[in-house]
Amino acid sequence: MGEQRKIKVLVCKPGLDGHDRGAKVIARALRDAGMEVIYTGLHQTPDMIVQTVLQEDPDAVMLSMLSGAHKALCPVIMDKLKEKEIDDVLVSVGGIIPDEDKPFLEEIGLKGFYGPGTELKTIVEFVKNNLKR
Amino acid sequence: MTEIDESKTLKPTKTERREKFTNLSDIEIKRLYTPEDIKDFNYDIDLGSPGKFPFTRGAYPNMYRGRLWTMRQFAGFGTAAQTNTRYKFLLDHGTTGLSVAFSLHTIYGYQADDDEALGEVGKEGVSIDTLKDMETLFSGIDLSKISTSMTINAPAAILLAMYIVAAEKQGHSPDKLRGTIQNDILKEYIAQKSWVFPPEPSMRLIIDTIEYCAKNVPQWYTISISGYHIREAGSTAVQELAFTLADGFAYVEAAMKRGLDVDDFAPRLSFFFNSHNNFFEEVCKYRAARRIWAKRLKNKYGAKKSESMRLRFHTQTAGVSLSAQEPENNIARVTIQGLAAVLGGTQSLHTNSFDEALCLPTEKAVKIALRTQQIIAHESGAADTVDPLAGSYYVEWLTNKMEEEAEVYFERIEALGGVIPAIKANFFQKEIANASYKYQREVEARDRIIVGVNDVQVREPCATPLLKIDEDVAREQIENLQRLREQRSNEKVQAKLEALKEAAKGTENLMPYIMDAIREYASIGEVMAALKDIFGVYREDSIF
Repeated sequence: MGEQRKIKVLVCKPGLDGHDRGAKVIARALRDAGMEVIYTGLHQTPDMIVQTVLQEDPDAVMLSMLSGAHKALCPVIMDKLKEKEIDDVLVSVGGIIPDEDKPFLEEIGLKGFYGPGTELKTIVEFVKNNLKR
Repeated sequence: MTEIDESKTLKPTKTERREKFTNLSDIEIKRLYTPEDIKDFNYDIDLGSPGKFPFTRGAYPNMYRGRLWTMRQFAGFGTAAQTNTRYKFLLDHGTTGLSVAFSLHTIYGYQADDDEALGEVGKEGVSIDTLKDMETLFSGIDLSKISTSMTINAPAAILLAMYIVAAEKQGHSPDKLRGTIQNDILKEYIAQKSWVFPPEPSMRLIIDTIEYCAKNVPQWYTISISGYHIREAGSTAVQELAFTLADGFAYVEAAMKRGLDVDDFAPRLSFFFNSHNNFFEEVCKYRAARRIWAKRLKNKYGAKKSESMRLRFHTQTAGVSLSAQEPENNIARVTIQGLAAVLGGTQSLHTNSFDEALCLPTEKAVKIALRTQQIIAHESGAADTVDPLAGSYYVEWLTNKMEEEAEVYFERIEALGGVIPAIKANFFQKEIANASYKYQREVEARDRIIVGVNDVQVREPCATPLLKIDEDVAREQIENLQRLREQRSNEKVQAKLEALKEAAKGTENLMPYIMDAIREYASIGEVMAALKDIFGVYREDSIF
């Protein structure tokens, strides 16, 4: 990517979970850190997310999930991204992600897993240091 | 506005820990309060006796000396049968009211086998698709003896209908039923985000339930006007107070517009507030809420009955205050929050379990949370006299201050044309997003200390045993639903749904039509789909 181009991040709320305080705070922190941030809003199905990724071509996709649906929804999202041959985008999930679910999520290509109490600068650094392009 | 001045971070002055002390509403707190701070204070006008206008000191004359608050623990997960077992556990351990947490798909009015329900069935609450599930949920529990609160909004009329019919099948008429449906759609657009229909038809459904219950289910609380979620979404205490009461005013105005007499429905409105960590701020918030509501109902809406002016509320301790780090510390937080609710005069209380920043609560954690309430009730002495903090210079000053700041918000909302136009202009959403970002920045700058999170932090692996929801729950729920579809009369279901749609096009009260469909075992998804055909669905702007 060109040196001047801003890092572009898509912050997503998959599923029916309406807990969007964390997603919105993170979206703002990433924007304040100089990134271009798109927030999908609530209730995104895997197809809607993949569609937005195709349209917006972000460098990173940050999923925020607090409802416990991550084990069901994340694999679907990752499969659909793969189907579209999107493999150079950092995909992370955070929210309420129990430790024991992390190996599985890591195996399907997700990173991050930041939960309540994480400092915003940790997340900003994470995005900067884990981009795939 | 969101910039934090690093030089101010915890900088001690010569004699004090910091230059400026503020509460969570950003109200500056002085070193000392004296009679000067409440010099216009008039006992009869500002406080009055407990149980009397303006109810500042409490909703009832003898408060907890008569009857303790209802210890109502919010619970629900998995299938109706699993949650029924948890309810029986809670009842055996002294809980005095039930409170149903529904699965997300139920909250949005989807059935378990809809695509949108993927991954959600039974995860955050109990999965309810049809009357059959409601019957199972309360199997062996006498619905004429217990009071039940149901946290449900967009499809509230449908779940209420299921409850009434389930009780009928137990042999109890609707006038025997006691409980609450949350039924507060305005705060969904503002904060909790589980709306379905646009605001106007949603308001119609709510007024339909108010009207129906006033005639048929007179002991039922028809709305729980909720600040809880507004606060959880990141608002300040003042915003929670102001936005919640503004919603309350909007419901009163809508019901009066329908032609209902304010004294016929206002006594059945109830409130639901959060209790966060700043003890005095929370106590004063409840006291101010009672006073504002009483004055408004009497002076603006012309209520005549004392019960119409009397604000009653449920409290839940702040989920958002729970830390995932060192989770046992949450037991101490919940104790302080629970005590604030009691000293603020709550009518019922849910204390959160210490493990809820990690998962749905385990049985052990639920038991500690309930025990916390019992300790406050029986050991602390806080319940032995009414409103013991009254007369404190600080408490009365802060109660006045919170009322004043809420009034400023009421004027701003009025200037935008009222609550619904303000929602559509994203007013509340922006105010809350700003407050929550500011708070997070303050925590990160260590202007606010969260013990074990940004202070005295010890990194240790999480050793809390977690409650996990079996992935089989979704399969079982879907199988039950499909079996039911084979057993019921699908023709009758279709006929009742068509009748409902026709009625929805007009202005008739929809409750009887919904109940007819429910009796034939129409699913929540089917009833919602019928209403969506007529009402449409709402989409919000995605602002942050």
